[in-house]
Amino acid sequence: MAASSMPAGPRDGTGVSPWVPVPFRVEQRAAETADTITIVLTPPKGVPATPFLPGQFNMLYVFGVGEAAISVAGDPAHPEALIHTVRSAGKVSGALSQAALGTTVGVRGPYGTGWPLAAAEGKDVVLVAGGLGLPPLRPVLYELLRHRERYGRIEVIYGARTPKDLVYYNQIQEWRGRTDLRFQTTVDAADREWYGDVGLVTARVPDIRIDPANTIAFLCGPEIMMKFTARALEAKGMTEGSIYVSLERNMKCAIGVCGHCQLGPEFVCRNGPVFLYKDVRRFLSVREL
Amino acid sequence: MNGVPPPGVLRLASHPFFEGMKGDLPQTLAPLAVERTYAFGDMLIREGDIADRFVLIFEGKVALEIVLPDRPRVTIQTLGGGEVLGWSWLLPPPEWWLDARAVKRTRCLELPAAQLRTLLDARPEYGYQFLLRLLPVVAQRLDHTRMQLMDLHGR
Repeated sequence: MAASSMPAGPRDGTGVSPWVPVPFRVEQRAAETADTITIVLTPPKGVPATPFLPGQFNMLYVFGVGEAAISVAGDPAHPEALIHTVRSAGKVSGALSQAALGTTVGVRGPYGTGWPLAAAEGKDVVLVAGGLGLPPLRPVLYELLRHRERYGRIEVIYGARTPKDLVYYNQIQEWRGRTDLRFQTTVDAADREWYGDVGLVTARVPDIRIDPANTIAFLCGPEIMMKFTARALEAKGMTEGSIYVSLERNMKCAIGVCGHCQLGPEFVCRNGPVFLYKDVRRFLSVREL
Repeated sequence: MNGVPPPGVLRLASHPFFEGMKGDLPQTLAPLAVERTYAFGDMLIREGDIADRFVLIFEGKVALEIVLPDRPRVTIQTLGGGEVLGWSWLLPPPEWWLDARAVKRTRCLELPAAQLRTLLDARPEYGYQFLLRLLPVVAQRLDHTRMQLMDLHGR
């Protein structure tokens, strides 16, 4: 999606400033892991559903605590409720992960660019997620499977720290049972109850079945994981021009004004968070950037 | 998957470890290779035992495990078809430092370490070719270990 040069938010059409959070309600919550939950947020009466693109994020405001950028993790075909998966890692995400049913959470968004699904049509598609990198890619998978005939092979590799840190566990079992995609999970370490793969996601890349010249890859997770995964994909024959990454930076305004999320010449909130790898790879190696 | 075995007898030269190798080392080693099939749960190697073979996995899955006296057994890596198991046999003392357990039915070819060492010693050009293949495996596992140490997903 082309980024606008003007501060803009999806609620401009309703006459609401992009700076003003809309009060949503925590309608459902489900524990994914010991420190990660998925919450379903519904808008107040009269506020229309806001369509979102896979890869976009919302700014979620816990009143009295603060605001954090959280990727949308739901199905783009069902924007009537916002689904976010949150790991308790700081003040805001900690408060979100504790938010009880009925709690009001402020929402600004969705913001940012999406994964370029149109560019994926007719191609093999590789999704590689590390840790909480799966939630921003889940909307992509919904779309790929909804329009399965538009794409070639679909390969998904998902890595987590341990089996207990895998999110969407039941849904993963469904995806793994499908014959029209291959979903590999791997963990960094496991006990003897785990019969799946143990090792980094990069170790699974040589095993994927793709036509490297006609493949697009979407990577989301820790930056160093994406860097090494991109290297593994290049070793597989893909080019950096067909690899996209989603970056995470300290986003504050989310509309390309404040500069907190600046990475080189890019504002991650406005020009990203999804970038073509070749456009940002040099910045990922700059120390202290 | 890499290393998908041809139906019937496994052929050493078809394993990715030997793929494209110059010279006739695979052909020289082929008569030494022993085909083994491990059922789910079978141990391939045990820590402390003599490292007496080099294992080329053609299909299946093998878990590398560390046993600590006061903790549950930990799986640190899994290996699948197309990968190789073990280099402890190459360096003295030839002793396994890990357990390896089949977590799927696993088919392998195994080369006896003593004969392999003798051959690689006697024919340095073979030894060099062999090490050129083994070193990337070691380097990759070192890379992976370093990244695992960073505990990226835990942050």
